[in-house]
Amino acid sequence: MKRTGLLAAVPEGPRGRLMELSREVSFPAGTRIFEEGGKANRFWVIRSGSVSLDIHVPGRRAVVVETLGPGRLLGWSWVCPPHEWHLGAEATSQVRAWEFDAAEVLSLCERDPELDHALLSYVVEVIGRRLRAARTRLLDLYGPYGSEPEP
Amino acid sequence: MTVPLPYRVVSNRAETSDTRTIELCPVGEALPSFSPGQFAMVYAFGVGEIPVSVAGLRDGTLTHTVRRVGAVSRALCEAAPGTWVGVRGPFGTGWDLSAADGGDLLVVAGGIGLAPLRPLVRAALSSPGGRGRLNVLIGARTPEDLLYREELGGWGRPYCGVTVDRAGPGWSGHVGVVTTLLDQAAFSPRETTAFVCGPEVMIRATARELLHRGVPAERVRVSLERNMHCATGHCGHCQLGPLLLCRDGPVVGYDQAASLLAVREL
Repeated sequence: MKRTGLLAAVPEGPRGRLMELSREVSFPAGTRIFEEGGKANRFWVIRSGSVSLDIHVPGRRAVVVETLGPGRLLGWSWVCPPHEWHLGAEATSQVRAWEFDAAEVLSLCERDPELDHALLSYVVEVIGRRLRAARTRLLDLYGPYGSEPEP
Repeated sequence: MTVPLPYRVVSNRAETSDTRTIELCPVGEALPSFSPGQFAMVYAFGVGEIPVSVAGLRDGTLTHTVRRVGAVSRALCEAAPGTWVGVRGPFGTGWDLSAADGGDLLVVAGGIGLAPLRPLVRAALSSPGGRGRLNVLIGARTPEDLLYREELGGWGRPYCGVTVDRAGPGWSGHVGVVTTLLDQAAFSPRETTAFVCGPEVMIRATARELLHRGVPAERVRVSLERNMHCATGHCGHCQLGPLLLCRDGPVVGYDQAASLLAVREL
């Protein structure tokens, strides 16, 4: 399988050590993988299928804000306090993924500076990319008047 | 052709709540043939004239997809079959499909930016030639704002992806910015020619992502919009730095556009 995302970003040595902590999991379509506010003690690398990230809107159904596909990292809230999910996640199709226990990975990172640097650098890049995407979408670019110049 | 010729509206159908596709055929003399990516100046008699990209070319007819944002576009959206309009053109640089020969073809559209890319996709599908894989990535505000829905199913060779900013209850597709679809597309960056059209912020974000992935800047072709007025390069309304976009554009290479799009209020 071609390596993309996290597995492409981490060098071979630390990647091998990281993958020793992984286990293969699958989620049928419609599975709630985690809920907003829940304890962020795991993360996943999606191998196939897609996962929607949603946010709870009081009094209404959850709103999907992003979709993740193969190769993408699912979950970064495990990296920093309060270690709670910012969003909810649901499998929108049959999902196969590698699952990692956050405590085990963080413990390994303490002993393995090379993995620590590569993994956290990647996670920071993911957070930055998702922040940029969120800001871009806030501009409501495709709206009827989104491309109009200022008066 | 700088003098408008009379064209007749032969059909007018709704694409979305505020966007319609009108088909025009010449009443008498026809304009020279348009290329994908070029635009026409369409005159609603008694109201005014606006530039509109060509969204379809067939048997001498011109197809335009118009979003209702002002007086002229409103008049065009409301033009019933049989209505006469004036049309000048063809104007501007088009999408040069031959630039993609020998490599993969990546089409990235945002919002109504899909309209000028539609004839390019159709041309690529009808004449595969010596090109590689065709990927079409489309971003829209909501599922209801998606153009040409009935056509998209035939564009997936090998990949046609759609993403929306805001999903409705019935939407089970992708949500997020259009650049996230690049992960699903199959293309060899160094041998890819990308054609990008949409809001300029989306163009910048897409072009940067493509460059980051290794697509050469000169092979990222973008369509820029400014206030076009004369369409002949004289009035200067559409000036963007050294370019008069009605004449030197709207399609330019990102190697030329990047620095211009980084200048504030240019």
